Amino acid sequence: MISPDNSDLSLRRVFWITLRRDLMLAYRRRNDLISPLMFFLMVATLFPLGVSPDPEFLSEVAAGVVWVAALLATLLSMDSLFQSDFDDGSLEQMLLSPQPLALLVFAKICAHWMISGLPLTLMAPLLGVMLFLPEQGMSALVISLLLGTPTLSLIGAIGAGLTVGLRKGGVLISLLVLPLYIPVLIFGTGTVQAASIGLPVEGYLAIMGAILALGVVLAPLAVAAGLRISVSN
Amino acid sequence: MGKLLPGFAVVALLMLITGLVWGLAIAPADYQQGNSFRIIYIHVPAAILAQSCYLLMAVAGLVSLVWKMKVADMVGKSCAPIGATLALLALATGAIWGKPTWGTWWVWDARLTAMLILLFLYIGVYTLHSTIDNELNAGKAGAVLSLVGVVNIPIIKYSVEWWNTLHQGSTFSVTEAPKMAPEMWMPLLVMVIGFYCFFAVILMLRTRTEILEREKRTGWVKELVEAN
Amino acid sequence: MYFDSLADFIAMGGHGLYVWLAYSIALVIVVFNIASPILRKRQFMANYRKRLQREQRLAQRQTSETQK
Repeated sequence: MISPDNSDLSLRRVFWITLRRDLMLAYRRRNDLISPLMFFLMVATLFPLGVSPDPEFLSEVAAGVVWVAALLATLLSMDSLFQSDFDDGSLEQMLLSPQPLALLVFAKICAHWMISGLPLTLMAPLLGVMLFLPEQGMSALVISLLLGTPTLSLIGAIGAGLTVGLRKGGVLISLLVLPLYIPVLIFGTGTVQAASIGLPVEGYLAIMGAILALGVVLAPLAVAAGLRISVSN
Repeated sequence: MGKLLPGFAVVALLMLITGLVWGLAIAPADYQQGNSFRIIYIHVPAAILAQSCYLLMAVAGLVSLVWKMKVADMVGKSCAPIGATLALLALATGAIWGKPTWGTWWVWDARLTAMLILLFLYIGVYTLHSTIDNELNAGKAGAVLSLVGVVNIPIIKYSVEWWNTLHQGSTFSVTEAPKMAPEMWMPLLVMVIGFYCFFAVILMLRTRTEILEREKRTGWVKELVEAN
Repeated sequence: MYFDSLADFIAMGGHGLYVWLAYSIALVIVVFNIASPILRKRQFMANYRKRLQREQRLAQRQTSETQK
């Protein structure tokens, strides 16, 4: 058991405890995890059905379609990041605790990515096949999503933090966060399209890595600030 | 229902094993497609069952809404995951079969897309049941979705006739003789019947567990658990 | 028997990968569909028994309290 002496709770332990808690809570509601994945699949399905099923056309747009679908699916799932904690009061407990809020938030975002962004990334090759993405682009798709989805989760958390507890939270998050998502989208699809025609992708990946690093450092601070504002509403 | 289960299980096992051996080892290969043709012995039964399971789920939904029988709710709920896995199996084996035969894993034609939509519907019904905590409301919601989606079934069935598709026409029909050689369609028939029996078995298994969970506050469940 | 040898059977005329991949996916799905309800039932029984034990212990404690 955790002793009441604060010095026992090193930052690393706090991180792990929060991460594990969120993962366990998600495990108890396992069936909810399928929804973002199914949404991802369905959105990608809409494009061939709504625009054109021609394989040549699809292979040109596949990179963008998969990325947009991943982006929308992540956006949809951001609502749940703080909602249940807000509803049962544990969010306020987190704000009151002596541990840095940014660290707790970072752990929550990590857990959220592991149950939403990571499965999306793993499912992406399936969508790539269905949308006739050129084979050269497949690995770039997975790596760009691997670097991109955590960034999307981090940025999305800023929106979630600012809108927690509000009535039309879901739509509002989208409005706040989509402008910030656009650079990630552009570099993400750029990576895949470059790989599809055989160009080197190291530059793109470096930029995506840099954006991720920036997000890891700054986003939790922004989320923490947003949460303090929201809860004081 | 408990007495039927072992009977169905034995029949299912026998039919599936017979069909498998026959289809995999004894039946001749297709002169055009070679041995990858043998995937038909999984793909066609899975596809047929995926559609029949949906019809059953829709009928159960109708019974549940009109006559308000709880058993219908439970049967409908149990059908959803089974149907989803069968639809997934049909789609996956179809894609695997398509690659060596027509050179592509997937094509956006009417029948494949309709089968994909069937999978989405199954997952939708399943998600409704697992998300809505109130069992009665979950049952009603699932029933409504099942009934609304039933229009998809005729689309799947007749898509190969209405649209020009990559997918081949059906082998069996009630009115005409099969278009395949007997050595090929007989093991297929055996597999289809075997799959039906297998479906009955797992539906009964699932529904029994569902009944237990829903009635856990009653006396007979308590006696049953204590007896074990 | 259509095939001449076991090696031929496994190779399936060059299509072995596809055929056996399809059949193994089928096997996984069959096993899942059988195992899933059975495991759920066992978990239900275990949970139910634990609940019974808890209620019995609670009842015992209450009767011993009222006897004091």
